[in-house]
Amino acid sequence: MRNTRHWGLTMSDSHDELNFWRKYVFSTDHKTIGIQYGITALVFLFFGFSLMMMMRWQLAYPGQAIPIIGALLGDTFVNRGAMLPEFYNQLGAMHGTIMVFMGIVPLAVGAFGNFVVPLQIGAADMAFPRLNMMSYQAFVIGGVIMLLSFLAPGGAASSGWTSYAPLSDIATSGQTWWLIGMIFLIFSSLLGAINFIVTIIHLRAEGMTFFRLPFFVWSQLVTAFLLLLAFPALQAAAVFQLMDRLAGTSFFLPSGLVVGGEASAAVGGGSPLLWQHLFWFLAHPEVYVLILPGMGIVAEVIAINTRKPLWGYRSMVYSLVFLGFMSFCVWAHHMFLTGMGTTMSTFFQITTMIISIPSVIILSCLVISLWGGSIRFPVPMLFALAFLPMFGIGGLTGLPLGLAVPDVYLHDSYYVIGHFHYVVAPGTIFAMFAGIYHWYPKATGRAMNESLGKLHFWLSFIFMNGIFMPMMFEGMAGVSRRLFNPEVYNTGLGAHGLTVISSWSAWCLALSQLPFIYNFFASMRKKERAEENPWQATTLEWATPTPPPHGNFPSPPVVERGPYEYSVPGAASDFSPQAVKQGV
Amino acid sequence: MSAIDLPYQIEPHPVTGVTSGKLGIWLFLASEVMLFGSLFSSYVLLRVGSGMEFWPSGVEAGLNVPIGTFNTMVLIGSSVTMVMSWASLKMNKLGAFKGYFATTIFLGALFLVVKAFEYSDKFSHGVFPWVGWPEAGDPSTFYALYFTLTGLHALHVLLGILPNLWLLVFGVAMWETDRERFTGRIEIAGLYWHFVDLVWIFLFPVLYLL
Repeated sequence: MRNTRHWGLTMSDSHDELNFWRKYVFSTDHKTIGIQYGITALVFLFFGFSLMMMMRWQLAYPGQAIPIIGALLGDTFVNRGAMLPEFYNQLGAMHGTIMVFMGIVPLAVGAFGNFVVPLQIGAADMAFPRLNMMSYQAFVIGGVIMLLSFLAPGGAASSGWTSYAPLSDIATSGQTWWLIGMIFLIFSSLLGAINFIVTIIHLRAEGMTFFRLPFFVWSQLVTAFLLLLAFPALQAAAVFQLMDRLAGTSFFLPSGLVVGGEASAAVGGGSPLLWQHLFWFLAHPEVYVLILPGMGIVAEVIAINTRKPLWGYRSMVYSLVFLGFMSFCVWAHHMFLTGMGTTMSTFFQITTMIISIPSVIILSCLVISLWGGSIRFPVPMLFALAFLPMFGIGGLTGLPLGLAVPDVYLHDSYYVIGHFHYVVAPGTIFAMFAGIYHWYPKATGRAMNESLGKLHFWLSFIFMNGIFMPMMFEGMAGVSRRLFNPEVYNTGLGAHGLTVISSWSAWCLALSQLPFIYNFFASMRKKERAEENPWQATTLEWATPTPPPHGNFPSPPVVERGPYEYSVPGAASDFSPQAVKQGV
Repeated sequence: MSAIDLPYQIEPHPVTGVTSGKLGIWLFLASEVMLFGSLFSSYVLLRVGSGMEFWPSGVEAGLNVPIGTFNTMVLIGSSVTMVMSWASLKMNKLGAFKGYFATTIFLGALFLVVKAFEYSDKFSHGVFPWVGWPEAGDPSTFYALYFTLTGLHALHVLLGILPNLWLLVFGVAMWETDRERFTGRIEIAGLYWHFVDLVWIFLFPVLYLL
C-alpha cells in the first residue's frame, strides 16, 4: 500500500529546479498563488477606487471639468473635461463589479484563503494544485475582459453592478463583455470553492479535528460553500442574458416593452423580475462571502493580541454555519421596491431579521473576547479593533432596510450606499488590511513598518468615516443614489455640503494609502529578517520556517490542542502552540 | 510540476469515505445541480408568468417525441456502458474497459449528432431561439428555453466526451503505473457522465412531453 504521508521526502527535490515562469507565473504552490491573487486584487481594488474618485468629482461639482484627468479622457467619456452621463453610469457599474468580484472576493478568498488555509490546517498544499492555478488564471482573464470593456463601442457596462434587466438587455456591447468576463470570474470562484472545501475536509493534519480549526478556516469553509452553491444562479442568469443580447431571445424582456418612446422589436414574453431573483440569489450569499473571511481574520488577530482564547468559539462556529445556510433564504429583501407582493415581503422580512441574530452573536463574541485581555496594539490589531464598530454600524443600519416599510423610503437613497459600504469598506477592507499587516512577516520574512502602518490606519479610519457617515444623513434627507447630477431635483439640495465632505474624504483616503503602498514594497527590501513567530501565536502557520518553503512543513505536524490556547494557567509561556512535537 | 504527493488521492479519507478527487467531483455536481436548478426554476417562472394558455406543449410546438425518446435511450445506454467500463477496470479487464468506454464515447457523440439533426430541422422550418411561439396568440419563450437548455446540455455532453477521449487515448497509460488511481479517474468521469444523463432525463419530459 502506498504511504500517503511521505511528502516530507518528495518536496525537497523539486523546488530548486523551477524556472522563473514555473515559479512565479504558472505556479501551483498555494502560497505563490495566494500572493498572485493578493497583488492582482489590490491593483484592481485601487483601480475600482479610482473610478469612484472620478464619480465623486461629478457629485460634488456637477458639470465642472475634472481636474487633470478630464483633459486626458477621450470625447466618448467627457465633454470639454466635464463627465458625460453615459460615462458616469459606466463608472458606477464597473466600480461595483470591480470592487466586489475582482477586488474583495479574490483578496479575501483567493489571497488569504490560499495562503493561510493550508498552513493553518497543516497541509502541504491545496488538494488540487493545478486546479488552483487554473482558477487564478480564469480570474485574470475575466478581469482583463472587464477592463477591456471600457474600449468597447459605447464603453463598458453601464447598467449598475446588478445589471438589472431590461436596461442591461438593451445596453451597448460593453454589457456583453461584462457577461463574458463574469462567466470567467464565476468559473474561477467555483474551481476555488471546490478546492477549499476538499482541502479543509481532507488535508487537515493529524489531530486537527474540526473543532480545533482556527475560526478563519471555518469562515473560509462556509464561504466556499456559499460560492459553490450561489454562483451557479448568476451563471444561469448570465447565459439567459447573453442569449437575450446575442441570439435575440427575450427571457428578460416583457411583451409590449417601450424603449425611448418606441415599441421594442423584441419578441417579449419574458420577465425582468426573473433577472433580479437570479441575481440576488447569488448576490446575497455574496454579501456574506465578502464579510465572513474578514470576520475570520479579525478573530485570529484579536485572539492573538488579547492573549486569551476567543470567547465562545463554538457558538461562533455554529453561528457561522447557520449564517451560511440562512444567507440563501433572504435574497428578495433587495427587491421590496419591485412590487412582488406583501406575502413575499413578509417572508423575506422574517428571514432577514433571523439572519441578523448569528451576525450579532459573532460580533458580540469578538467584543467580549476583548474583556480582561492584556491587549497589545500592533497595526493589525488596530485595524481589527476598528472593524468591530465599523461592521457594527454597517450591520445595524441594515435593519431598517430589512423591513419593507422603511426600505421603501430609504432604498433608492444614499442611505443604502452608506450602509453596505460600512460593512464592506471600513468593515471588510479594514479586516483585509489587518490580515496583510498580520501575515506579511510570514509571507515575506520581513516585518512592515509600524509607524507608517499607524499613520495609514488613523488616516484611513478618519477618511473612511468621512466618506460614508455623511451618506447616511444624505439618504435620510432624501438624496437619490441614482442621479448623475444631484442638482436636478430640489429634494435634498440642502445636503449638498455633505456630498462635498464625502468627496474630499474619498480623495484624502486615496492619499492615505500612499504610506501603505510605500510600506508594502519598501519593507520587502529590509535587511532585517522577521522572527518566525513574531506575534507569539499558536496556530500552525507560525510553526513553519519563514517564508514557508514549497511543501510548507519540514515534517507533518501533529496537532495536540485547540487553536486559541493563550495564557493557559500553569503553561510555560503565555501561548501553547497547536503542534509542539513534529511527526516523523 | 509540483512534486508534492498529497494524501487521499488514492485512499478514501476516513471522514468522508471518498478520495479527494471524488469529493471534488461531487461538490462540482452540487454546483451543477444549482445551475440546472436555476434554469429549471426559470422555466417554471417564465411558463407560469406567460399565462398557461399561451404556452405550447412540446408536441404542439413541433418537437419530435420519437426522436427525443431515441436520444434518451442513447444516453441511458451510454450510462450503462460507462458503469460497465468502470466495473471492467475493477475486474482488471483492460480490453473490456476499452470496448465499453469507447462505446460510451460513441453513444455520447451519437446523441449530439441526433441533436444536431433536430436543430437543423427546426432551423429549416424557420424556428430559431428568437421566434417565440406566436401561433399561440401571444409570444412565449418556449423555443428560447428549448434552445438554451438543450444547448447548455449539449455543451455538457461535449465537455464529457472530450476528457473521456483523452482518458481513452492518453490517460490509459496510467493503468500501467497506478491502477487504482486510473480506476478512480474513470469513476469520476462516470459520475459526471451520469449527471449529464440525469439532466437529460429531466429535460426530455419537461420540454417534449409537458
